[in-house]
Amino acid sequence: MKSQLIKGKNIVKDDWVTSELAKVEEIVKMQAGKVVAFKLSGEDYPANEQVKESIFPDTGKVLLPLKVFIHHQEKLKERLANGEIGIWFSTHEEIHKFIEAIGDLNNFPLIAIHVEKFADGRIFSIGSQLRNKYNFKNELRAFGDVLRDQIFFLKRSGFNSYLIRKDRDATDAIKGLDDFSDPYQGASDILEPVWKRNKR
Amino acid sequence: MYKYDQIDQKIVNERVDQYQNQLNRYLNKELSDEEFRPLRLQNGLYIQRHAPMLRVAIPYGLLSSKQLNKLANISDKYDRGYGHFSTRQNIQFNWPKLEDTPDILRELAEVEMHAIQTSGNCIRNITTDQFAGVTDDEIIDPRHIAEIIRQWSTFHPEFALLPRKFKIAITGSTKDRALVQCHDIGLEFFTNTNNKMSIKVWVGGGLGRTPIIGSVIKNELEWEHILTYCEAILRVYNLYGRRDNMYKARIKILVKSLGIEAFKKLVEDEWKYIKNGPNTINAEELSRVKKYFSEPNYKKNIKNNLKDYDPNKAFSQWLSRATNSHKKTGYRAVTFSLKETGCAPGDASSTQMKAVSKLADEYSFGEIRVSHEQNLILADVQEDKLYELWIKAKEHHLVTPNIGLLTDIICCPGGDFCSLANAKSIPIAQSIQDLFDDMDYLHDIGDLNLNISGCMNACGHHHVGHIGILGVDKDGSEWYQVTLGGNQGNFASIGKVIGPSFSAEQMPSIVKKIIEVYLNNRQKEEIFIDCVSRIGLEPFKNYIYKDSEVSK
Repeated sequence: MKSQLIKGKNIVKDDWVTSELAKVEEIVKMQAGKVVAFKLSGEDYPANEQVKESIFPDTGKVLLPLKVFIHHQEKLKERLANGEIGIWFSTHEEIHKFIEAIGDLNNFPLIAIHVEKFADGRIFSIGSQLRNKYNFKNELRAFGDVLRDQIFFLKRSGFNSYLIRKDRDATDAIKGLDDFSDPYQGASDILEPVWKRNKR
Repeated sequence: MYKYDQIDQKIVNERVDQYQNQLNRYLNKELSDEEFRPLRLQNGLYIQRHAPMLRVAIPYGLLSSKQLNKLANISDKYDRGYGHFSTRQNIQFNWPKLEDTPDILRELAEVEMHAIQTSGNCIRNITTDQFAGVTDDEIIDPRHIAEIIRQWSTFHPEFALLPRKFKIAITGSTKDRALVQCHDIGLEFFTNTNNKMSIKVWVGGGLGRTPIIGSVIKNELEWEHILTYCEAILRVYNLYGRRDNMYKARIKILVKSLGIEAFKKLVEDEWKYIKNGPNTINAEELSRVKKYFSEPNYKKNIKNNLKDYDPNKAFSQWLSRATNSHKKTGYRAVTFSLKETGCAPGDASSTQMKAVSKLADEYSFGEIRVSHEQNLILADVQEDKLYELWIKAKEHHLVTPNIGLLTDIICCPGGDFCSLANAKSIPIAQSIQDLFDDMDYLHDIGDLNLNISGCMNACGHHHVGHIGILGVDKDGSEWYQVTLGGNQGNFASIGKVIGPSFSAEQMPSIVKKIIEVYLNNRQKEEIFIDCVSRIGLEPFKNYIYKDSEVSK
């Protein structure tokens, strides 16, 4: 099967196994058909039981849910040092609450952000914060409802890999990276605004 | 005015290509309706009652004669020969064909125009004072920073899919004509004690379903930090604004639920690490942009012959209502009313647009402004040419001397066009204009803003009208709720509902009753809004609802 992963500007094989959270009964967070998970609600996500019950492969490169990683942190030390552990979290999870618990972000060769809906633009600010506030330097991946028309903005928000939604052509999606050649504002990929880059 | 360089032009051209490709993929069923929706909205394209509606950006309300002429041609070629100027200084075409929209955008790009971010959940057109640069109460010309913010916000990657739309307004005058307190971010320029250009930053204002006057988040921000500070505000909003309920998704709800102090703390925490970062504006960029707005070649010693004219009543009424004082002696800013009785407020025919374009070339250095009151302005007219201009503009029905008066109604397209509306608004405006067609009576009533919205989204700014009319749906029929005491400007306030709603037929007579109460109660020289503030709502309610069976 053809890979759906774009890294830089190429389609590459995904050598990471993404570990999902244990399925639990959907108790909260759905309202009028939309994911609520309103960050200011103070609710824990994912729930503790869900974290405890989540399982993942014992060997190889594995992308773990953020909270699952925190839960198993002690026993994962060696694998982390071997560069086998990446973390992922959803756009409604608040990274700043866990920064202390997870230590240096640059220990992870990969951080991935899950976006449930195309229209959820929180992912851009999360990318920007990871790059500029928390100085994360390694691979930053978007996955979930990731389509051609987001990835220019994702790139500019600090992402450098994109797992395109299964039913879409990743080769077509790559073209989205070139939608604009000389953007106005400084952002995570090109730091300087256009008037500092060029003599206008 | 600002002129595109190659960089600006390329971005707009690339946008047309990108949009054309998106539309093609949609037409080829490679994009679903749901997926295409945010994409088309970010390009000002709505699917409306009769046809798509295309909203074209007029950055901070400034147009060249060439651009206005192009808009007229587009309305002839792709639409029905007219356009609607909106309350956010944009223009809307109501009848284009979906498949024509890329061609329209390509034609617009030829005259440095576009429809970028005129809708959708992103940073919208930056608006400002229609008299920017010419008004005598100006402290700082807001257009320089408006243009810099326009560029910064155009395709800002982080703020392309916000919880909801985001509107920024800027004022640089003592008198606020840009409604900065009713915007997501309002910027009020002033000169600080060190004689440096500074900004008072308002946040969380807005009309719509939950009208709220903004709060001051920063009393004094030095100008070079405006982009990074806006970035911090927007990042906090993007991350924490509600996304579960579109009616609670605006920044005003977030600011209100957190409280301004807690919100400010989050913003300051974000700002800390980007302050002085790459997007900090430097003097070089400010002066580069500034030079595009340098003064035109004003004439000196213009003979003020206004008093020589036969005080032809219509002309002198127009002079007093439709012309504004100017910073240059011998000049005035002229407002052409798009509110003639019988016309939909804010609509201009292609003939009118072409005429205004030509008049701008002849009398006002080829520039036109659009006001949020939905009128067109020639900002730099010599006083000794006013009579001549009046005669010529009269032919095109542009000189109704009702600027700032009761019939200068701000009105959204309403139920005749808009699929969001609960009720029609244009016919209400017209029936009120019909009843108050006597200019002497109107001038006697004096300054009065009457604003009409066809639904709670409040595009007609009814909350801040001295008299506000809101179309509501009750059991499937259209009713109208009336508010009094709303105000825009430095003393912005939200109007209060006077009581049960009225039918469309009743509306003109209700407005007439409101005016009667005012005329019976006003003290000499007291304008309507001041009278309402002084006597309160009771006298109005008592008089209007004395035959209470009429309302619902």
